[in-house]
Amino acid sequence: MTDATGAPLPPYARLLGISVEQANDGASPVLRMDFSAALAGRPGNLHGGAIAGLLDMAAHAALTSSLAASNRPGFKQIGITIDYVRTGKQQPTFARGRVTRVGRRVATVIVEAWQEEGGPQMAAARLHMLLTGDED
Amino acid sequence: MGEPNDTSFDPARMFRAMENYGHSQALGLKYAAHGPDWAELAMPWRAELIGDISAQTMATGAIIGLLDMTAGLSVWSRLGAFRPMATLDLRIDYLRTAHPRAAIVARVECYRVAREIAFVRGIAHDGDTDDPVAHMAASFMFTGPPMPPRGSDENPLPNPVQSGDRP
Repeated sequence: MTDATGAPLPPYARLLGISVEQANDGASPVLRMDFSAALAGRPGNLHGGAIAGLLDMAAHAALTSSLAASNRPGFKQIGITIDYVRTGKQQPTFARGRVTRVGRRVATVIVEAWQEEGGPQMAAARLHMLLTGDED
Repeated sequence: MGEPNDTSFDPARMFRAMENYGHSQALGLKYAAHGPDWAELAMPWRAELIGDISAQTMATGAIIGLLDMTAGLSVWSRLGAFRPMATLDLRIDYLRTAHPRAAIVARVECYRVAREIAFVRGIAHDGDTDDPVAHMAASFMFTGPPMPPRGSDENPLPNPVQSGDRP
């Protein structure tokens, strides 16, 4: 299993059951997280931590794919703000990040998660990443 | 600790039961400590939780899961009862990278419980509470009434599980 740039997804992504659903050239990949007992929160619901994990991975994948062509592929996460819009059900969940700005030092990524094709937003997040530049 | 038939609410006992269930079990979370309005959980180092293979640190998502769960336990500690709730929003600032292969401990305080919403703030650290890896602030929305331990003296609310007993 690999991310949009061909790099393997980390062990944590495999634990959550995350795979790349759709990777178009030059666009942010859609990640898919299949439900398993490891994601369970309250009975019948997804755990907020698992939803955060998917949002986080989708944001990383979006920025990785956006920076792939540049000579500064390294970044460190500064912060994340998550809004839980509606309860997550125990079914497949999808997420896609969008890089809204790449500055000289900081990049901003927004990411959305949903559960039904064309359905309502389930959760969203905004992340700031510090670009670590040439030393990587 | 109370008598074997003690039915009062005990956050330690409650979380030790949750350690074997769902996302808490997947992250390997362990009860560490609690007080009247705070809770502490630990996430021992596990290779399955690696988010960055080159740095040998656990994923930021796993740290969010740890903080989210610890936040819940801090709210229930303050309430003195379990009450179902959902995370409304959660913000995290990453102050520094965790040490390679370090266990992460979260300590979260519930500083306000309103009618519908509980507010929390906390830190995640890898050994030194004065040098945390992350700060968090979050709010939770209650999704049902408190669920007191069955037969509890100190909480007169009916147990919603036994709906037939409700007045």
